[in-house]
Amino acid sequence: MSNQASVWTNDMLDNFVIAVASGKGGTGKTTIATNLAHYVARLGQKVQYLDCDVEEPNGHIFLKPDIEETQSVTIGVPEVDTQKCDGCGKCGQLCQYSAIICLKDIVMTFDQLCHSCGGCMLVCPTGAIKPKPLNIGDIEFGKAGDIDFVQGKLRVGYVRTPALIKEVKKHIKQDCLAIVDVPPGTSCPVVEAVKGADFALLVTEPTPFGLNDLKLAVELLREMNLPFAVVVNRYDIGNDEVEKYCKAENIDICVKLPDDRRIAEAYSTGRIIIDVLGEYKQQFSRVYEYLQSIKAKFDEKKRLRVRQKNNP
Amino acid sequence: MKIAVTSTGKTLDSQVDPRFGRAAYFIIIDTETMDFSVIENENVAAAGGAGITSAKVVIDTGAEDVLTGNCGPNAERTLSAAGLKLYTRVTGTVTEAVEFFKSGKLTEATGPNVEPSFGMDK
Repeated sequence: MSNQASVWTNDMLDNFVIAVASGKGGTGKTTIATNLAHYVARLGQKVQYLDCDVEEPNGHIFLKPDIEETQSVTIGVPEVDTQKCDGCGKCGQLCQYSAIICLKDIVMTFDQLCHSCGGCMLVCPTGAIKPKPLNIGDIEFGKAGDIDFVQGKLRVGYVRTPALIKEVKKHIKQDCLAIVDVPPGTSCPVVEAVKGADFALLVTEPTPFGLNDLKLAVELLREMNLPFAVVVNRYDIGNDEVEKYCKAENIDICVKLPDDRRIAEAYSTGRIIIDVLGEYKQQFSRVYEYLQSIKAKFDEKKRLRVRQKNNP
Repeated sequence: MKIAVTSTGKTLDSQVDPRFGRAAYFIIIDTETMDFSVIENENVAAAGGAGITSAKVVIDTGAEDVLTGNCGPNAERTLSAAGLKLYTRVTGTVTEAVEFFKSGKLTEATGPNVEPSFGMDK
């Protein structure tokens, strides 16, 4: 058994998607995600970093990628043919976002509020509404050393965050460890960003705020049936309530990082911690090994399922 | 002439509501007779697009002028598309606002005076 375990821990972390999320903002998602990407790349393993915090992507500050390609992302928003429109107002009655509204004889559209459900086009009895493309943001592709880099950038003033995140995630590669940097919170963009991941790391801090938002994030991931573990950042501040909570809820704390001024200094100048402070490689090695053990468990479960299927 | 005033309450003594889209009430007043009707604004807690929907409510009353505190770009665009005249930065009670309007002391707004979602957390 122990032999098998060691074989597994030597396995490469490929075909594995992890989401780095948090609940509370500013706990260190990007710090963990970018440093882990660096650590894994240095092991000679293929790794991809995807910044899905598309409203304010900042992973690029630390990874400093060379952007090689930019794709623009468009969605369909309604365009009204005033010749065909008879002003019945059904489109405006249907739209829950006031993106289209009918005033006596004019129909007005508000592109930025549209969620592209297509409902207005369906209810229009005269076929006066057709989709027109609206650019909501860009996806940038590049290389940060050996790290494959992808980031979504939502256009300022636009609200279609989940639509852009969905497009970014279509570029997740299979033959590597894919690290998805998730926006803070527990709302639609977060759901979209963590969806389909194999595992999530919830980065938190041991403060009442950190704990409150951690609980919300845990609730969300459990609802989504997504397995996860916690990373406690700045573990020597605040109190021990986060650790108590994790223990009571049977949640693994896969690593703890201290409140080290030098980390903050490295962060504030856009540097990778494990570059500047070598001793912290140990922490990221722990995260890596933890993820390996998780993946080994998943693979074993899969093997068992296949075996059961073949030998009923 | 019928005008609409955003109001924090249901009477003419109420203060003008500084928000347009998320105003508590719209008071529709006949400036000659001072007869009025009160519309409770269902968009107070709308997730988004409150300004646009509120503008439609006001437009549908047949009011020709709108007196309010602040008005964002989406509501302004909607009101002006329907030909309504907008007066922003109006303060005091509803009665005072109407008197001010009647005396010709208000100047018509040339555009929105706040950003979208200005009234969200107010």
